[in-house]
Amino acid sequence: MDHTRLRNRTIFILVVLIACVLGLTGIPKNFQQLKENLANRIHLGLDLKGGTHMVLQVHVDDAVKVVTDQALERLRDEMSSRGIPYSTIERQGISSILIKGVPDSKSGDLDALVGQQFSTWTLQRVPGQPQSRLLNMKVSEVAMIRNQALDQARETIRRRIDALGLVGPEVADYGRGDYELVVQLPGVSDPTRVKNIIQATAMLELKLVRGGPYPSRDAALSSFGGVLPPGTELVPGNDESSGSSGGQVWYLLNQVAAVTGRDLTGAQPSTGQNGQPIVNFTLSREGAVRFGEITGKNVGKQLAIVLDNRVVSAPVIDSRITDSGEIRGNFTTQQASDLALMLRSGALPASISYINESTVGPSLGADSIRDGIIACIVGFLAVMVFMLIYYRGAGVNADVALILNLIILMAALAYFQAVLTLPGIAGVILTVGMGVDSNVLVFERIREELRHGKAPGAAVAAGFEHAFRTILDTHVTTVAAAAILFTFGTGPIKGFAVTLTIGLIANLFTSVYVSRTIFDYVLSRRQKGEALSV
Amino acid sequence: MEFFHEPNIDWMGKKWYFIGASLALLVAGLISIAIHHGLVYGIEFRSGTQVTVKFAKAPDLGAIRRELEKDNWKGASIQSIGPASEHSVMIELPLQENASEGAALDAGKNAIVKVLTALYGEASSGKSDFNNATSKSIEDYLLVSDPLGLASKGLETATSTYEKLAQAMVQFRDNPPQSGLIADFQQLSSVPGVTPAVISALQKGFYLSGFTVRNTEVVGPKVGSDLRRQAVYVTLAGLAAMLVYIWFRFELIYGVSAVIAVFHDVLITIGLFSLFGKEITLDVIAALLTLVGYSMNDTIVVFDRIRENLPSSKRENFADLVNRSINQTLSRTILTSGLTFLAVLALFLFGGEVIHGFAFAMVVGVLIGTYSSIAIASPILVYWQSRAGKGGVRGKRRVYEREIATAKR
Repeated sequence: MDHTRLRNRTIFILVVLIACVLGLTGIPKNFQQLKENLANRIHLGLDLKGGTHMVLQVHVDDAVKVVTDQALERLRDEMSSRGIPYSTIERQGISSILIKGVPDSKSGDLDALVGQQFSTWTLQRVPGQPQSRLLNMKVSEVAMIRNQALDQARETIRRRIDALGLVGPEVADYGRGDYELVVQLPGVSDPTRVKNIIQATAMLELKLVRGGPYPSRDAALSSFGGVLPPGTELVPGNDESSGSSGGQVWYLLNQVAAVTGRDLTGAQPSTGQNGQPIVNFTLSREGAVRFGEITGKNVGKQLAIVLDNRVVSAPVIDSRITDSGEIRGNFTTQQASDLALMLRSGALPASISYINESTVGPSLGADSIRDGIIACIVGFLAVMVFMLIYYRGAGVNADVALILNLIILMAALAYFQAVLTLPGIAGVILTVGMGVDSNVLVFERIREELRHGKAPGAAVAAGFEHAFRTILDTHVTTVAAAAILFTFGTGPIKGFAVTLTIGLIANLFTSVYVSRTIFDYVLSRRQKGEALSV
Repeated sequence: MEFFHEPNIDWMGKKWYFIGASLALLVAGLISIAIHHGLVYGIEFRSGTQVTVKFAKAPDLGAIRRELEKDNWKGASIQSIGPASEHSVMIELPLQENASEGAALDAGKNAIVKVLTALYGEASSGKSDFNNATSKSIEDYLLVSDPLGLASKGLETATSTYEKLAQAMVQFRDNPPQSGLIADFQQLSSVPGVTPAVISALQKGFYLSGFTVRNTEVVGPKVGSDLRRQAVYVTLAGLAAMLVYIWFRFELIYGVSAVIAVFHDVLITIGLFSLFGKEITLDVIAALLTLVGYSMNDTIVVFDRIRENLPSSKRENFADLVNRSINQTLSRTILTSGLTFLAVLALFLFGGEVIHGFAFAMVVGVLIGTYSSIAIASPILVYWQSRAGKGGVRGKRRVYEREIATAKR
């Protein structure tokens, strides 16, 4: 090989090496800064550094139900205004509305109504019930609402967690296509508070009180002769008279809310007249108009503040209120500020439940990192020392390739902002194993060619040529499997696939290209007749 | 230095010993799975609550169990893990029935912490436990008690000072050698910024319990079985991808032999996990995937040599050719396996408790993966080619010609 080519290759390798090292360390001024830069650039997984990892299920069908209920109300109104008679109309399942008792003569009108006003729905007859119709939400619409609910839930949760001021939280899809989200909270070892904040639907409604409080549901029902007045509902709440430990009471409220959380433009924790924690909120212009109208008409009556279907408090309306108000309850300072946070970040479109939670305490994380580093260093040193003893001169070559491989791998992980987890370390180990294997394959082959009497230069060339095919096959096979793992796997399996793939690509470069260049360099400096150290 | 100088071992002649040994291991594993230990799945593949706790002194496991039972928690599994000097204990509770909501999922964890606080804390003192406190709660406490007299300097200065101080103390507590447990508040005096006033303030509001929660896993009923299924499917898909690639580069039978060998490795490793009663966790799955990759790599190296030797061996018996190929690559096989073994052995010995199951799978996997390339994959190949050679499926000649063509590609 001529010297220009050798020089170009050397320069290329050095450029790669410097780029990777600088990518990892930056330009540190001292050792402390070097450590910090490394820690900032190599992202360790929660299993290694401690923190909480949660998988939560978003019950997206809640959102579908809400849309169906809204459509049902609209349908009821439209049918009465168009004079289409019916006997009953109700929701079936999550996305269907069953209409009963539509006379044949009006069937065409109903078809027309659905055609004009309910474009995302299809109307079908019910077998055996000639006067019934089933209104089904189109499948594409259901899918869209579900996805929207998931997106909205993800964003809402992200806003809530961000507002908590945690370091480096992450909210993402879990990747099983089952409307699940994964939430990662580095450094959080007691997730209870965060969980409550995430999980609260934070659906705020202000509703006029029509009666109550009643000591129990039955008592409330019996005072109306067992049937609630139309347009009202019973909602539980705390008994304000008996303090925070109070028992449960029931209020009779208007079903339609005066204003809801959607009308809010802001919410702040504050202290009330007696120094107790409260939450102040402000309303949008539209909400303020509506709120002013309702409160103006109902001065002296009670207004219930309903949070997630529970009455928090039911103050008396002193005067007309327009654009702001306050929520009083038996809050602690923390509860008030959490509530304000949840109201600011908006309501969740669907309820949420936790299906998995894992917390690695920070002390375990610290121990894992220390033990892991010790084990890796011991392992690598053992391998490198052995290569030196076994292959002597060529051992240096292999060790250089191995170190360069690791540097490239780490730099690539930092560049892609990939997270190094325990399974990721498994990927690194397999990479190192296959890296060493590549070198061994080449060296053994060179030895074999030398035994067959080839000159060093020819032996090296033949060794690389033969071994390259093997190396390529083993690497492509493994990368093919890793690609599958990456595409279909989740979490830890994905982490394994990422490091493995990067590592193997780096390895093709180091154990073939770099190693060959070093051999060529050694050969070019060799005196005639001198043996090759392999 | 050289281990083998042109070895000449008749590997294929010993194939029945190999197959016998493999069958014995497989059967032992299967028996263990069927009637002995079964397969011990990690908590992430089942459901329930698993809490790992480190104690200052050797804990009384019986007392913990009794207290849990008093609180109506039946079926708790309590066992020591890691070296005895670590006093680490893993406590596991099944999920409460009908538990799917967040609160119910938390119940088990809360019950364990309550029992441990009763046994190893000072629940009645009205103080908080410093060893299980978050840096935020320590910061809040310091802000109120203000041992450094920062109130006059404004809330912002005080908050940021106490925040840093609390974080530094928690860092000190959580890093080795304390590893989460402080025995005496005076130990904190080595943390920069901690004055005697801070220590005495802490002593008024905190006590030092004899335990710290290191790890919590709560798994709902739905995830476990899903994860298990997914791990199996993804692994099978990965194997299929390898099979297809080897089919394309070599021949179908090479791919099939390699995949059978890898299957053999995974089954034996899982069997050994059952025999030793070790838990199969998600990390172990990652180790099994590594083993698949490693074993496949090893097999391909041997097969590649067979492919290379084929054109020059028309007169040679196929079994002899396989022997020759294995012998030619033996030095490399021993070296690579030995070195990889060295690396994972370091992981097994020094890697710490978190990595233990993972490292065990790797140690076993490297040995089995190397063995199977010689003892399982190659004999299958020889068996198939000898059948083909006896005029079974295809003429021997044609098979060779195809292989030559493939090799030249």
